[in-house]
Amino acid sequence: MVAETAPSNMAVAVPRPSASLPLRAWAARRVEALAIPLGALALGFGLFSLFLLSLGKSPAAFLDLVYRGGFGSAFALQNSLQRAAPLLFAALCVALPARLGLVVIGGEGAIVLGGLAAAAVAAPLSGAPSGLGIAAMALAALLTGALWLGAVGALRAWRGVNETIASLLMSYIAIALANHLIEGLLRDPGSLNKPSTRTIDEAFRVGPMPGLEVHWGLGVGVVACLLAWLLTERTTLGFAARIAGGNVRAAQIQGLAVGRLIAGFTALGGALAALAGFFEVAAVHGNANASLIAGYGYTGILIAFLARQNPLAIPPVAFLLGGIEASSGLIQRRLHLPDATILLLEGLLFLLVLMGETLYGRFKLFSPHLWGEKRAAAAQTVP
Amino acid sequence: MSDLGLWNVLIAVIGGAIRVSTPFLFVSLGETITERSGRINLGLEGTLVFGAMSAYATAVLTGSAWAGVAVAGAAGGLFGLAHGWICRLPRVNDVALGIALMLFGSGLAFFFGKAFIQPSAPQLPALPFGDWSDVPQIRAALQVNVLFLIGAVLSVLLWWAFRNTRTGLVVRIVGDSAEAARAMGYDVDRVRLLATGAGGVLAGIGGAYLSLYYPGSWNEGISSGQGLMAVALVVFARWNPLACFGAALLFGGAGALGPALQSVGVSQGYYLFYAAPYVLTLGVLIATSSPNHALAGAPGELGQAK
Repeated sequence: MVAETAPSNMAVAVPRPSASLPLRAWAARRVEALAIPLGALALGFGLFSLFLLSLGKSPAAFLDLVYRGGFGSAFALQNSLQRAAPLLFAALCVALPARLGLVVIGGEGAIVLGGLAAAAVAAPLSGAPSGLGIAAMALAALLTGALWLGAVGALRAWRGVNETIASLLMSYIAIALANHLIEGLLRDPGSLNKPSTRTIDEAFRVGPMPGLEVHWGLGVGVVACLLAWLLTERTTLGFAARIAGGNVRAAQIQGLAVGRLIAGFTALGGALAALAGFFEVAAVHGNANASLIAGYGYTGILIAFLARQNPLAIPPVAFLLGGIEASSGLIQRRLHLPDATILLLEGLLFLLVLMGETLYGRFKLFSPHLWGEKRAAAAQTVP
Repeated sequence: MSDLGLWNVLIAVIGGAIRVSTPFLFVSLGETITERSGRINLGLEGTLVFGAMSAYATAVLTGSAWAGVAVAGAAGGLFGLAHGWICRLPRVNDVALGIALMLFGSGLAFFFGKAFIQPSAPQLPALPFGDWSDVPQIRAALQVNVLFLIGAVLSVLLWWAFRNTRTGLVVRIVGDSAEAARAMGYDVDRVRLLATGAGGVLAGIGGAYLSLYYPGSWNEGISSGQGLMAVALVVFARWNPLACFGAALLFGGAGALGPALQSVGVSQGYYLFYAAPYVLTLGVLIATSSPNHALAGAPGELGQAK
């Protein structure tokens, strides 16, 4: 595990210039945060390749199809980006509460209800100006999501209810509620085979970003990640959240409103997840139907953990996972593997990434506080 | 709704409670063992799904439903041991690991289960306790599966064992204070590893019940959160195996409400009745949680996991 190879007596002869140490220490920590998840990813693909070999399938063909299906052509890239858009919001829904040490896994429900709320508001506004309609839809989604998961945060803060279980239960309830409304009150009588809400006005549709065939959800999602990073790393609010996540008692003694922080961060996460639902309705489907329940919330959990809850790392990871998921159809058709193949791969990656957590601080190469030790010890023993 | 309809609903709910509660019972008993040792395993949802698939596949291939139960229990035990083993690594969060195992177990089950959606497997036997009655609804309601009876006996046995056996006491000591257990010379990680493994075995058997008796087939939506509800139910039951039995019946009854109403022709709000167990679980969680102090009966080490 120790990556240092230089013999210890060399160090006495060649002292390290101390001026470059802070920079190297900074770089070492950054590289560690990159190397361990990448190592886990590589190991995951390696183990999965062995698994495919044991089934008599070619791992090379599998990797080739993942590449071609997700990243290999302009069309594949656009498709992956399109899939990454909702994943950005879903991952933020996990990463923001994680700042407070909370594990919220109910993003799926907020996505579904957000999309439904957007579609529900669009119907009575039919004929209104485009900007007004879009703003109202987005606002309806944001509010719904904030209330839905903010409630989970409030229950955690003021009743001590386990937020992980509560958020997933809320997710199941949200899906049941959405099914009930889509097949009942909000159903478009014209949707015979696939129950849907009324299709929103053409004017309310959100179009592609300039120069791309990918809708604006991607751009807004990336901006949301940047803003979330600013919030958590560069504001007093984010700092307070991190203190509360580290030690609730200490935060309370400092007079921080921990309850409001918890409710606020979960509500923000819920609002962002619901925004993904809004874009799915306004930019992709045109109405709310069962396609909203696509599992984005669950992939978002994996992305947030792969990104180590860092909002800046979410876009690249979401793009990667979006691409892997986009290749699913191709893999099913060409390799005759079941559609759960990608789910299995994701579960394996998730396990390995979590196991990787144990490696932080174990490599001397990445741990500046260990660098001087051997030398100091060597210097003492040399007369 | 007529008088007769109401009675029918009541009988159907009671019968449904007995039918639906078994997986809740097994998973919650398993989670009780695990949590009593001081760890929380949210991955039992995945274990339940994989147990259902492996039991069904085994029953199809061997023609024996009990072989399916055995394989599901063994597979569940492996999942539990995996959770217990990975949790020993420093800085690995047991809640996050549970979520990962939930996805992994479901992924593995869906991957290998594709081939078994079509074929039909032999079912677990049920005992007719309703033969004294001429009313067909009552006779149907009192068809009690053997696994339900085993679960009932098991909950009494576990309740007794936690109080009166050496093993039960060791698990409780480890769960209440790891330091005290270490001072007494017990290997905390080992006890937790075995307790999580035992929890997995029971969850796997719960899964076997799903696919081999009720609903009695294998499909990807077979569990839809029952494993997770059972974990929540443990808090409600205050980590007491006897209370788990009562709570499982209550949850089973809630789960049976939707189908029972549908059977007498109430089709309005099908999805909402379908959500009843989730709403009940949430209500129970809210009612039984406490903001300030640890719950009565809660293992002392568990607070750090939440």
